[in-house]
Amino acid sequence: MTPAAITAAPDHCRPSLILWAGIVLVGLHVLVGLLSLVWLPYDPTAMAGGRLEGPSLLHWIGTDRLGRDLLTHLMIGSRIALIVGLGAVAIGAALGVTLGLLAAFASKWLDDALAATLDILIAFPTLLIAMLVVAASDTANLWSAIIALGIALSAIVARLTRILAKRVLVMDYITAARTSGSSWPKIVAIHILPNIWPTLSVNFALQFGLAVIAEASLSYLGLGAPPPNASWGRILQEAQGTVYTAPLGAIAPGLALVSLAIGVNLLADGLRDTIDPTRRAR
Amino acid sequence: MTLVRVQNVSFGYSADRRILDDVSLDIAVGDTIGLVGESGSGKTTLLRLLLGLARPDSGTISFDGQKLDPSNRAFMRDFRRQAQVVYQDPYSSLDPRQTIFSIIAEPLRSLKIGGDHAKLVGDALEAVGLDRDVAARYPHQFSGGQRQRIAIARAIVPGPRLLLADEAVSALDLTTRTRIVDLLSRLSQDMSLLFVSHDIGVVAALCRRIVILEKGRIVEAGDTRQVLAQPQHPYTQRLLASVPRLSLTQEPS
Repeated sequence: MTPAAITAAPDHCRPSLILWAGIVLVGLHVLVGLLSLVWLPYDPTAMAGGRLEGPSLLHWIGTDRLGRDLLTHLMIGSRIALIVGLGAVAIGAALGVTLGLLAAFASKWLDDALAATLDILIAFPTLLIAMLVVAASDTANLWSAIIALGIALSAIVARLTRILAKRVLVMDYITAARTSGSSWPKIVAIHILPNIWPTLSVNFALQFGLAVIAEASLSYLGLGAPPPNASWGRILQEAQGTVYTAPLGAIAPGLALVSLAIGVNLLADGLRDTIDPTRRAR
Repeated sequence: MTLVRVQNVSFGYSADRRILDDVSLDIAVGDTIGLVGESGSGKTTLLRLLLGLARPDSGTISFDGQKLDPSNRAFMRDFRRQAQVVYQDPYSSLDPRQTIFSIIAEPLRSLKIGGDHAKLVGDALEAVGLDRDVAARYPHQFSGGQRQRIAIARAIVPGPRLLLADEAVSALDLTTRTRIVDLLSRLSQDMSLLFVSHDIGVVAALCRRIVILEKGRIVEAGDTRQVLAQPQHPYTQRLLASVPRLSLTQEPS
């Protein structure tokens, strides 16, 4: 085999493998989340068995300290994690991309002011900003958590968008588009967004994972989705006291969280590689 | 007949930094003019003013007898159709995420030029020496010289009367450069050409007239052969002296 063939082989296989791994992991969570809408093994609020039971045929991953079925709660958790991730990223992306583009096009002093504001916002941990927003909205529920996380994430998206858009704006093809008679909104839609999208989409996938973990943390602190719509964070919190006697109560939601976060990242990577024309072979 | 008239144009990004100082220049219909100067002499700035991408601090630029006014949208649309540009870097002047068809058809779409766009794009590709069927491909699938041909196809597709070339062959290797110069020379039979370059050799091969720009001022202008044979201004003499010559009789020291 020639050296070229050796280096070419993984390049050819990699995108599809990554994409498939992402589709399987995310697809699993989506299926479980959808299934939880129409069918659950047990009533999530009722005692379904003894307290802190281990895995059995009746309770695949056991029960919690109130005797509720853990699998039932994990299934609901999948749904909530997906809603939180998608919702927060959608809000963060809409706000962040708009702000970032505004900053990229703004006059120097406005751009400086926006950049400084974003830097200050980013200096605060996402969770802290989200807690402030939830606290300000006086009722802690799933939607206030999603909006809070979306706002917190938008600063990071805005800063990234601003830098990426500025880099594209100095390219000759932007000037060529102007001298071809294209208006600025058209240039944003046709040239800027498609060129910053690959980097942004990977960032959105990261943000999705962050949002799910941050919601788990909010729930853990009692600021997320209230019971009985238990998120993985709440299950983790409730399992904390019994982590040595019934470790599965903490391990299972942890694994669910990690698998979804990894799945979303693989999916975004795979999609980017498949869609990006410059990554295809000549 | 004068196509472009630049009258006493001055421009500076700040009061103490004059980029262009009292520049006057006429481009006649069918003219080929080489605008020569070192880096920082104001060539690209003059080009931006000519394209209406910036406004002069003083002086006027007119196109076809009408004042070039970037805020006059109706005029600008007509102007964009008639004045097109080719940039220096073929790697940055084509959007990597667009097909060749989208790139070349952009002026047709944006300037609302009717007709069969597929045919017009195909004709433009053939005019620059590329196959019609490359339209479905992406810029990264082409070499630097081919990309520059694509950029030229985009510039000529709306049927301009004025082609501005900003160092359009400087980034290319020697043989490719010769082919692109030949192509521009052929195209310049149908349109006026303002060829901005620091390379006197290319200008001598391509342009009937030459304008020498030094620190934002025109120091010498005239018939290319005359200016190059008997340069009057010391700056032109220095520029000419700095052109590397092929010497086969002497060993490199």
